[in-house]
Amino acid sequence: MNPTRSRFSPQPARHVKERVVHSLLFLSAMSAIAITLAVVSILVLESMSFFREVSLREFLTDTQWTPLFADPRYGVMPLVGATLVVTSIGLLVAVPLGTLAALYLGEFAPSRVREFFKPTLEMLSSVPSVVYGYFALLLVTPLLQQIIPGLPGFNMLSAGLVIGVSIVPFVSSMSEDAMRAVPMDIREGSYAMGATRLQTARYVVFPAALSGIVAAYILAMSVALGQTMIVAIAAGQQANLTLDPTQPAATLTAYIAQVAIGDVAHGTIAYQSIFAVGLVLLLMTLVLNILGHFMRRRYRESY
Amino acid sequence: MQSKRVFLALSTAALLGGVAALTPAWAQTATVRVDGSSTVFPISEAVAEEFQRANRNVRVTVGVSGTGGGFARFCRGEIDVTGASRPARATEIEACRAAGIRFIELPVAFDALTVAVHRDNTWARQLTVAQLRTIWEPGATGRITNWRQVDPAFPDLALTLFGPGSASGTFDYFTEAIMGRSGQSRTDYMATEDDNVTVMGIARDRGALGYFGMAYYEANRERLRSVSIVPATGGAAVAPTMENVIAGIYQPLARPLFIYVSERSLQRPEVRQFAEFFLTQGARLSREVGFVPLPAEAYTVAAGHLRDNRLGTRFATGEPVVGVRIQDVMRREPRL
Repeated sequence: MNPTRSRFSPQPARHVKERVVHSLLFLSAMSAIAITLAVVSILVLESMSFFREVSLREFLTDTQWTPLFADPRYGVMPLVGATLVVTSIGLLVAVPLGTLAALYLGEFAPSRVREFFKPTLEMLSSVPSVVYGYFALLLVTPLLQQIIPGLPGFNMLSAGLVIGVSIVPFVSSMSEDAMRAVPMDIREGSYAMGATRLQTARYVVFPAALSGIVAAYILAMSVALGQTMIVAIAAGQQANLTLDPTQPAATLTAYIAQVAIGDVAHGTIAYQSIFAVGLVLLLMTLVLNILGHFMRRRYRESY
Repeated sequence: MQSKRVFLALSTAALLGGVAALTPAWAQTATVRVDGSSTVFPISEAVAEEFQRANRNVRVTVGVSGTGGGFARFCRGEIDVTGASRPARATEIEACRAAGIRFIELPVAFDALTVAVHRDNTWARQLTVAQLRTIWEPGATGRITNWRQVDPAFPDLALTLFGPGSASGTFDYFTEAIMGRSGQSRTDYMATEDDNVTVMGIARDRGALGYFGMAYYEANRERLRSVSIVPATGGAAVAPTMENVIAGIYQPLARPLFIYVSERSLQRPEVRQFAEFFLTQGARLSREVGFVPLPAEAYTVAAGHLRDNRLGTRFATGEPVVGVRIQDVMRREPRL
């Protein structure tokens, strides 16, 4: 006779419950992958209809992007150029500011100051991007117009600067976490050798946290790439092949927003162009993520 | 602990009760859906505001999808009224016919399509139609980038252009009036369906030029300067004012503005009341927002058409719209 098992023992029910929970959690994890696959397949499918009409060569080499006009041209380079310019300006602002902020908060600030500044910095990321866009258009641009005479009302420079401001929290928060993960022993060893706080931060902590900091930069770059509203509002929506940040231009994302919000009919080639542009954006972000993955692996330090 | 649970239960009940009380009110509200031209939008918005104030149980939503976008939604049955800054095109009439949607065309105001420049622009006080064509024709893309190329007497200043995009009725009308064929335009300008963005762009750039409906100029007089147009037939330059449109001399850029109401939607009392309100208040409100009101008889005739269900458009395929005057619009009869 088995004293622990009877017909009404909870054992089988518990086993079933475990299985159910296990499956639910597995489905949740799979759903993320499924959604990603769905998005990619839709982009690829619709882009295929686009590329049946427009040759890949014209798409990659033509210098004008005017799909909504009577004589359409489909060269994606103006959009890609504008995206890269705006992202670079954003990173030029966010990387130094964010890294130095993280360094100060992590290594130098007394704990009372840190408790105040850290949440305040993260509040920057809670401002909606459309508010940032109008901030760029109505505050930053007039200010810049006084420094740079002749600056057009819509330009890539103010959009880039404000994008930089909006991604500073990503850089600073992740960099600070990376720096905090560096064990105290290494720091103390450095202090014991007579190094100042600045020397410790520069030569010991920063290199040790490098993989996490690089991950922060890559994340910031991905966010800057995907920024839509700030560029749509502040940089104008005129596709323009130029590397000059004082000119107005349209990025990949701003073009997608312009067409998606407008009233282009389904199935037309102008409609399919947004999927082709979306695919380009996806590939750029994918390349960036793979790059980030390899760089993190290379600089990783295990403690 | 006990009071905390009670409080939680009470607040949840209050929240649910509030939602339950409001939902029937939301569900019952009669809605009139208006969309269409960004040029007609100021009038539609003003009419909608006053109508909702007078009829508290009716909601009027006004969208700005552009003339083309408005017609697309209208011929799919998604909206009741669409504003248009040009008459319906052949393709749009066909689309409505295919979908079984019949409409009544109501003229509501006249517009002097205004070409505007920066307030400090003192050299381009008047432009000829030929000069406008030089600036805006498709061949000017990348080529005409300086004011001096338009007229050697103008200063050596970069020319930045703003205007509506290719889905806009204003774009269709301007290109037809200046270039001779709708849709013919250079492509390297800041194209946006939102005329406020065009106003903002021109106001910030000394070498800027753009075009939009006159209501947007009237609302921004301090920031812009309007350009007088020398008509194609020659003569003196004419400013985009109400008097000149009524006299019929602001050519070729004076144009009628319409609303189209679907016959099916008119069976709902709130839509019919809204359309009648539009016509009775249209003169006053179009003048208020900055357009040229039609003469009083025009609104009476239009109200008669609404009452008698006179379906169709005055501008069947192929008939030119450019150069049509207020009297011509009043004289024409709508046909299916």
